[in-house]
Amino acid sequence: MSVSTAPTGAVAEEPAAPARRFSLGQPFVYLVALIVAALAIGPVIYVFIGGFRTTADLNANPAGLPDPWVLDNWIQVLTAKRFWGNVLASVFLAVCTTAGVVVAGLMAAYVIARYNFRGRQALYTLFAAGLMFPLTVAALPLTLLLRTLGLHGTYWGVIIPGIAFALPTTIIILTPFLRAIPAEIEEAAVIDGASRMQFFWRILLPLSKPGLITVGILAFVGSWNGYLLPLLVISTGSMPQEWWPLPLGVTQFSTQYSQNTGAVLAYTSLAMIPALVFFLAAEKRIVSGLTGAVKG
Amino acid sequence: MHGKARTRLEIVLFVAPALILFIGFVIVPVVLAAVYSFFNLPAGFRWEMLNPERFVGWNNYTRAFSTPEFRKAIANTFFILFASLLVQGPLAVGIALLLNRRMRGRGILRLLIFVPYVLAEVIAGLTWKLLLQPNGGVNAIVDALGLGFLHRNWLADPKLALYTIFFILTWKYIGFAILLMLAGLQGVPHELGEAAAIDGASWWQTQRYVTLPLLAPTIRIWAFLSIIGSLQVFDMVWVTVAPTLRQMSTETMATYMVQQGQFAGQPGYGSAIAVILFFISLTIALGYQRLALRRDLAGSVTRGVR
Repeated sequence: MSVSTAPTGAVAEEPAAPARRFSLGQPFVYLVALIVAALAIGPVIYVFIGGFRTTADLNANPAGLPDPWVLDNWIQVLTAKRFWGNVLASVFLAVCTTAGVVVAGLMAAYVIARYNFRGRQALYTLFAAGLMFPLTVAALPLTLLLRTLGLHGTYWGVIIPGIAFALPTTIIILTPFLRAIPAEIEEAAVIDGASRMQFFWRILLPLSKPGLITVGILAFVGSWNGYLLPLLVISTGSMPQEWWPLPLGVTQFSTQYSQNTGAVLAYTSLAMIPALVFFLAAEKRIVSGLTGAVKG
Repeated sequence: MHGKARTRLEIVLFVAPALILFIGFVIVPVVLAAVYSFFNLPAGFRWEMLNPERFVGWNNYTRAFSTPEFRKAIANTFFILFASLLVQGPLAVGIALLLNRRMRGRGILRLLIFVPYVLAEVIAGLTWKLLLQPNGGVNAIVDALGLGFLHRNWLADPKLALYTIFFILTWKYIGFAILLMLAGLQGVPHELGEAAAIDGASWWQTQRYVTLPLLAPTIRIWAFLSIIGSLQVFDMVWVTVAPTLRQMSTETMATYMVQQGQFAGQPGYGSAIAVILFFISLTIALGYQRLALRRDLAGSVTRGVR
């Protein structure tokens, strides 16, 4: 993964491509665009609409529109304690992971970016090498370690490793941000009587907000969508299912109620909503974060 | 000196949390995996159960490589890896080239094609699992279009399931690839295309000889991400296919590792699989960086901090 992460990946509104000499291409392009969009969004819409159907209706005519439209599935899910338990658990995990990643990552990146000391390069290389240690590889021994530490089966057993594995990307994205702020500003602040800590809080932090938001979103989405770690740490522990995080809860619900397809569809759609809303709210930032993180 | 000591203290205090977390929960587990892989460990293992009597040398490794199921898992993983490169890559580049022009609804289109990528892999998997049931939406549409001969049990047919999974993975991840390519295309100055057009190049020639070479760095980065992702595929396979069928025909390295190490209660053997997966990933990643990414990353990974 590239580390040349200048905070510039923003997908700006691009200048128009040169006008085509042939106009036959244009309808074709729209057709392709339409097909791609339909394929991307179709299954999601199917699941949403399916949530309004009775199971009998679904069995009789799997591809049709609801006949009749019913709200039973949604009511059943929305009044279920386990759904809200799952949501709360996911929110708690994602918020704690994000906070931990941003704070710990920012502190380390600050030192790497703005202090001169022996071992600075080694420190950066160490964190960058973390990209070579994906969670999948470490997950199994990690659960054994957590069991030894007594964290197995707890939320902290998901949060703490979640923070640790998000640190490399965070530090790699934040370091150039923090370094980009010119030394002259720091000197000016010092001349005006600011201490290093004041400079950090009053100047550096506000100026690096875009970078912080990007890494925050990446950490949040990563934690929210995470499945392997909760599977190994929580589902094999003694925590009751209604307090499992959402991805685990959804899979569990769909196996348990596999005969009640309507309810499974409603549960799945409701589980999608938070990610979709979050994404719509932060679309630009996610896209630029991802593309920026990949290629500055 | 007071100031120097203070600076040193700041450095230590600021780096400590990240460093402790990173070493304790990223590096140590991987090192532990290497240790565990030489032992025959019981389910529900704790550190204090590690004793010399359980030492088995290289047994776990020889066992892994002589187990047909694991060899199949390696083959499946590499199928996903190469299929992703060969199918998703050209598809994403093609679509991006087509969409890289002024058109109505560009913003909304970009939003829509990114939706699958934002969903959790588990949710995407469950969505398709529902759609691909024998009496689910896909088969109903196939029948309605008069293509009844295509009616299949997509995720329960051992011959088909792996291809179905690859299709779902493509659905989930191609939006990201397209957006990445579109972002890369913005770095290609459109004056070049104009100049080529003036010189009499056709649209295809312009794309082939001007745009594509300039897009190459983006393609190489995407390929790298795709390779690393393919080697880790777990969630999708785990949630879409029934365990018996998975063991028969769609096991990947990651699912095999979790299955053996956690649910079959053999942490030592599972750790050996983790180590194998780690070395395969590391070798491929470093090799790819040397061969393909060296130019793109010059001055970033290689040099790191200025």
